[in-house]
Amino acid sequence: AAVKGGLRFQVSAALKEGHVTPTELCQSCLSLIKSTKFLNAYITVAEETALKQAEESEKRYRRGQPLGVLDGIPIAVKDNFNTAGIETTCASNMLKGYIPPYNATVVQKLLDQGAVLLGKTNLDEFAMGSGSTDGVFGPVRNPWSYSRQYKEKSVPKSPSEDEESNWVITGGSSGGSAAAVSSFTCFAALGSDTGGSTRNPAAHCGVVGLKPTYGLISRHGLIPLVNSMDVPGILTRCVDDAAAVLGSLAGHDPKDSTTIQDNFKPFELPNLTDVSKLSIGIPKEYCAPGLSSEILAFWSKATDLFKSAGAKVIEVSLPHTRYSIVCYHVLCTAEVASNMARFDGLEYGHRSDVNKSTESMYAATRREGFNDVVRGRILSGNYFLLKQNYEKYFIKAQKVRRLIANDFVKVFGSGVDILLTPTTLSDAVPYMEFIKEDNRTRSAQDDILTQAANMAGLPAINVPTGLSERGLPVGLQFIGQSFQEKQLLTVAKWFEKQVKFPMIQLEVKRHDHSAFQHQKSASFS
Amino acid sequence: QEVTVEVLDHLERLALVDFRDAEGVERLQKAIGFADQLREVNTDGVEPMDSVLEDRCLYLRGDDVTEGNCTNELLKNAREKVEEYFVAPPGNIPLPKLEERETFLQGS
Repeated sequence: AAVKGGLRFQVSAALKEGHVTPTELCQSCLSLIKSTKFLNAYITVAEETALKQAEESEKRYRRGQPLGVLDGIPIAVKDNFNTAGIETTCASNMLKGYIPPYNATVVQKLLDQGAVLLGKTNLDEFAMGSGSTDGVFGPVRNPWSYSRQYKEKSVPKSPSEDEESNWVITGGSSGGSAAAVSSFTCFAALGSDTGGSTRNPAAHCGVVGLKPTYGLISRHGLIPLVNSMDVPGILTRCVDDAAAVLGSLAGHDPKDSTTIQDNFKPFELPNLTDVSKLSIGIPKEYCAPGLSSEILAFWSKATDLFKSAGAKVIEVSLPHTRYSIVCYHVLCTAEVASNMARFDGLEYGHRSDVNKSTESMYAATRREGFNDVVRGRILSGNYFLLKQNYEKYFIKAQKVRRLIANDFVKVFGSGVDILLTPTTLSDAVPYMEFIKEDNRTRSAQDDILTQAANMAGLPAINVPTGLSERGLPVGLQFIGQSFQEKQLLTVAKWFEKQVKFPMIQLEVKRHDHSAFQHQKSASFS
Repeated sequence: QEVTVEVLDHLERLALVDFRDAEGVERLQKAIGFADQLREVNTDGVEPMDSVLEDRCLYLRGDDVTEGNCTNELLKNAREKVEEYFVAPPGNIPLPKLEERETFLQGS
C-alpha cells in the first residue's frame, strides 16, 4: 500500500492503519543497521528481543489496542543506560560482559509504551568526551560523511586520500545515538547530557537533541557521571517526536529522589503562527572565540528570522559564561572521582587476577579497566578534593556555579522567554583532525556553548538549521526556563518549520526498499 | 606550581588509579593550570551551590522494604563468589609504598 510521501509522515499512523507492521519495521531497521555497520553506531544489537517486542506490538495493533504513539517504534539506547539482560558496557573494558539485572527507569518507561529496543549505541568511554571517539569499541562515524551532500562538496586533497580517511566525527558523547537516528536505523534514541553530550552530536549529525530540565526525567539506571548535572537526553528527527518521547519519560520517579514531585502532563505542541509576543535573548558571550564565521552567519540569519516574524529580539549578557567551562571541569572531575569509585571488580564488571590484597586488586582492576581519559579525570578530581585544595577549587567552583545559574535567572527575569545560541563552534571535523588534540582540550573547546545549561539545570535543545559549506549539518540551540519544556519545544518547532533542514541523502546499499519508505519518515508522531 | 611526587603518590593511593606515564602526570598539571582560572572570579559573599534543585525538598519515601530477594541476580555479575558471598582478597593490607610499587612515579 502506498504511504504519503514528503519530508515528514507519520509512522505511528501508518502502523495504526496497517500500512506497515511493527515486525516489518523492526526487520527493516535491523537490516539497515547491518548495512550501516561501518558507522559503528551500535555496540550491541538486540535482534531477538527486538523482534519479540515487535511481534507483541503487532498483536496489539491487530486487536486495535496499541499502547500509544510509541507502540512498535524502533528505538536505540546509549550504552550507559542499564538494560536488563542486554550487555551494558559504557564503551569501557571495565564493564565488558556486564549484564544488568534491571532496566533504567527511562528504558522501562519506553518498553512499557511498546517501543522496540533495537540495541545499545556507542559512546565515549563512560560518556567522557565530545567526539564519540574514545570508547573501547572504536569511534562512531558521522552518517553525513557518506551523504551525497558531503561528497559533492569534498575535494580530495591528494589522489590517495579517499572516503576512508575523510570521514567526520559525530561529536559526543552520545554519538552512536545521534548517528543511529540520523541514519534512519531508529526513530528515536536515548542519550545522556552532562556538558552537552546530547546536543553536540545532534548538531553534528543533523538531528534534534533535547536536554530536559534537571529533575524532570529519572536518572535511575543511568550510570552516573556527574550526579548534579546528568540528564537523560532525547534524540529524534523532528521536534514533535522529541515532545512525544518526553511525554512518556518525564515525571517523578520514587527511585530517583532528584526528580521533582510536581505532576507532569504530557503535551502536544501547538503550531505557533504568531511569535510577536515572544522575547528572544541573544547572549553576546556566546560569540565565543573560535566560533566559525559560517555558524555566526546561521545564528544571525536565525535572529533576523525571528525579528521579521515580529518577535522581540534583544542582546543579553551572561557575564560568567567564559568561566563555566573551567567550573565544569572542576565539578565534573570531582564528581567523577566519587562516582568511579564503585568500580572495584568485586560485585560486577572487570576484575583483575591480582589477588594479594583488596587494595592491590582494586588498583589493578581499575588500571586494566579504565582508559586514559577516565583515569585522568579521576586523578584530577581527587586532586581538587584534597583537603588542601577543597576550598580553593571545589568550593570555589560551586560558588562560581551559583554565579552562572544566577546569570540565567537575571536574564529570564528581565522578560526574556528563550535564549538562542549556536550549539557548536563549527561543523563536524574529520576524525584524523579531531584526534590531533587530546580529549580534555577537545572537550573544553567543544562544550563551551552547551555546558552552562547543565550548570544551571536548564532545558536546551539543538535544532538542525542548515548545511555548511562542506555539506555538513549545523544546528542552533535554544535554552529555556526551568521546567518550561512546552514553551521551549513550541518555539523550536516553529523554527524547525521555518528553516526546513534538508533530509540526508545517504548513499548506502539497501537490501529491501518497501519498508524503507517508512524508515525515511522524519517523524513517528 | 608543580605537583610534588608525594602528592602524586598520595593521589594514586586515594584514587587507586595510576598515572601510567609522563603524559598522565602532564595531564594533571594541565588540568590544575586550567582550573586555576577560577581565581579570577570574585565570589565574595557567594554561597556554594550543591544542586540546582536546592529550593525544593528532596523526595524521601517511607522506610518500607519494597524489593529484595534477588541474591541470585546480584551474584550473577560477580567473578569470584562462594555461596551467597562476594569473595574479596585479604583486606587491611595497605598498598605497597612508592619504592615497592610498580608505578611510573618510581623513577621521579
